[in-house]
Amino acid sequence: MNTLKQAKVGERLRVVKLHGQGAVKRRIMDMGITKGTELQIRKLAPLGDPIEVNVRGYELSIRKEDAQMIEVEKN
Amino acid sequence: MTIKIALAGNPNSGKTTLFNALTGSNQFIGNWPGVTVERKEGKLKKHTDIAIIDLPGIYSLSPYTMEEVITRNYLTTERPNAILNIVDGTNLERNLYLTTQLTELGLPVVVAINLMDLVKKNGDIINIEELSDRLGCKVVAISALKGSGVFEAAEEAINAAKNTKTIPKHRFSGAVEHAIAHIEEAALHSMPENQQRWYAIKIFERDEKVLKQLELSADIISHIEKDIKSAEEEMDDDAESIITNERYLYIASLIKSCYNKKNTGQLTASDKIDRVVTNRWAALPIFAVVMFCVYFLSVTTVGTWATDWANDGLFGDGWHLFGSSAYKEAAEAYAEPAAIIEAFEASAQKAGLEPQTATGLNTTAYLYDDNGNIEKKIAVTYEKYTQAAAVQEPDPADYGIWVLGLPTVIRNGLAAVNCAAWLQSLILDGIVAGVGAVLGFVPQMLVLFLLLAFLESCGYMARVAFVMDRIFRRFGLSGKSFIPMLISTGCAVPGIMAGRTIENARDRKMTIVTTTFIPCSAKLPIIALIAGAMFNNAWWVAPSAYFVGIFAIIISGIMLKKTKMFAGEPAPFVMELPAYHWPTAENVLRSMWERGWSFIKKAGTIILLATILIWFLASFGFDNQTFGMVDMNDSLLAVLGGFIAPVFIPIGWGQWQGAVAAITGLIAKENVVGTFGILFGGFSEVAENGWQIWANMRLVFSPLSAYSFLVFNLLCAPCFAAIGAIRREMNNAKWTLFALSYQCLFAYAASLVVYQLGLLFSGNGNALGSITAFLIVGLIAYRLFKPYEENRILKSTVRA
Repeated sequence: MNTLKQAKVGERLRVVKLHGQGAVKRRIMDMGITKGTELQIRKLAPLGDPIEVNVRGYELSIRKEDAQMIEVEKN
Repeated sequence: MTIKIALAGNPNSGKTTLFNALTGSNQFIGNWPGVTVERKEGKLKKHTDIAIIDLPGIYSLSPYTMEEVITRNYLTTERPNAILNIVDGTNLERNLYLTTQLTELGLPVVVAINLMDLVKKNGDIINIEELSDRLGCKVVAISALKGSGVFEAAEEAINAAKNTKTIPKHRFSGAVEHAIAHIEEAALHSMPENQQRWYAIKIFERDEKVLKQLELSADIISHIEKDIKSAEEEMDDDAESIITNERYLYIASLIKSCYNKKNTGQLTASDKIDRVVTNRWAALPIFAVVMFCVYFLSVTTVGTWATDWANDGLFGDGWHLFGSSAYKEAAEAYAEPAAIIEAFEASAQKAGLEPQTATGLNTTAYLYDDNGNIEKKIAVTYEKYTQAAAVQEPDPADYGIWVLGLPTVIRNGLAAVNCAAWLQSLILDGIVAGVGAVLGFVPQMLVLFLLLAFLESCGYMARVAFVMDRIFRRFGLSGKSFIPMLISTGCAVPGIMAGRTIENARDRKMTIVTTTFIPCSAKLPIIALIAGAMFNNAWWVAPSAYFVGIFAIIISGIMLKKTKMFAGEPAPFVMELPAYHWPTAENVLRSMWERGWSFIKKAGTIILLATILIWFLASFGFDNQTFGMVDMNDSLLAVLGGFIAPVFIPIGWGQWQGAVAAITGLIAKENVVGTFGILFGGFSEVAENGWQIWANMRLVFSPLSAYSFLVFNLLCAPCFAAIGAIRREMNNAKWTLFALSYQCLFAYAASLVVYQLGLLFSGNGNALGSITAFLIVGLIAYRLFKPYEENRILKSTVRA
């Protein structure tokens, strides 16, 4: 399974499925990461975590721990 | 009748700017009941019958954050007459997600698309009529920053409140709508029709808070559950995700038909800034520079000047408008004559002579440096004395323009009306000193708040969290906790108030509880006193105090985040990095003033009362069986100190002086040194590091017990001003009490470990003390390494 956690900077991806449940999953979806959404990995924070992702035209910061719940494929 | 218009929208959508533009100076700021979330209300300009309520900035009406729950409860129970939904036009897709939820509430909604000037500048086109048609509510274009269209938007909202209904045009897919219709029929038929849809969708999502509120019977729930399950099976997803997915699919179709984006893929100005500011290599150095600037301006330079002026000038003897350097020179030159006069008069008194006639007396005067070392010896004769006595003592009023401080003015006034001594003391040492303690911090705080407001509204604060998150989340803190801690090295009061920038309630509380562990500038004299008196000014004492503070924060953070109190709330895990923009002066100044004023109002009371109480205890007592004003040695405070002193025996300083100093330290930490000056030698004034009393202290303290005293005073409950700030920011008496108890308990435990293990390793240990110390270390280690799973569901309740 490819998740957002393993993604490389600059990659363009498409969300396949969201794993997990409850508040974390809902929050990720509320921010616009839903099935089929296109993502672009902008950068890693200087200390390697979190990740900056471009989604639906804006910038989102997400921790790797939470990014591994997001299953993605190459776009 | 007052029309209530609720202002709702995403964070960073320009909501505050719109609110300020609509209401001007006519605002009331408070808190939502029981929580630290700010509540603002104002009257629309030129309309006394239109109230605008600024709701917290939110992304969704989910039940998972405090802000969302407050907004939901307000909208569903208070039911304002209309919702004015502000939407960021440059970020339409995500912003409309909240709009789709707001239109389902059965309240009239008007959508105001903000930043329309920027949208046009980018060459993008938004089809307002089409969007309005498809959303089922009025849509207007505004620019909150430039003030264009804002009053038209308000007029539309008033119109909507009076005349229209908003009926959502969006329909979910067949299976979902089927289930929603069933839910409305089975559970909500007694509710007004326009409110049913929102509740039905929430029930479909299995929203725990709504289910609890509605108290549905078990068989209705099991009946509904069947509908939800079959929809879930058909769509192959859970109910919550189905709803969210479909909303975004619907928005995607809206965007396709109403929004024409000119260029994609080109870097915006904000992207270019971020390429540098959060760059892998440049981010940390830039962060360090920004933090240095904040610290430099708010703590070392402008802030200190402001605080010194407020404390020593306005609430001290007075201040120079001009000519202070000339006075300083004159005062330094007078040091020698003053020492000669003092030495001669003292030795004359010893010999039982009148100094004016003691022609044969010879003695020696000493000039000391800052550490109490003799700088100069002067042989004093009667002749020298008369010469010195002829030198005029410099009066600050003779140099430049000297403005009297408030206490001096009041003292002169009271003396003129022959005020009773106790009343004069109450007014000057109690009330004026108390008010001064509150207001003395305000100038510095305003400087800091100005900088913070700028960093927040330009968008850099979100980057601070992005850059520092990795380090701070381990201790249950936010990346944004760095700023409060940094500021606390200067003063914990603005430090605690700076915690306001942390959105997540758990991180904010944790920051407030731990930030006072950092030695603030008022604790430096205590460190200097102990280092000088007990450790011969060893270089390691001061750095060790900072290490103690940092360790206390790390250990407390890890221990506390595993407790039930802190585990109850989810951590922030996804955060928007908003586009950079230049904030308006009005917004920044307003934010600065709001925070400063809220400190004066809320924290002020507690500081004033506590200062007066300690003044009373320290100035009154029994002398020869009569109650009245006494020296501190005989005061109620001394009695109290003697009473509680045994508590401190296990940590090495069971003398009443230590207990009394710890209590007076609550007024201001540097008071510990002044109090020791009185208690250990009868000096009414000592140097900042108290060198005059070093010898006397060595008789009572051992280096180890003194270090234990230092550790306790560094970590225990902070001064009243900081306690007031904690109370203000927690907005909850229970949490304030918890913070103070935890700090005192932790301070006691840390001092005990230091003292008892110190005794043990120096070969003087006793069994009971050592065992207790090891037990504490063991307990802390157990808490530190206990496995821990982050809780991700909001359990705290918010009153409706």
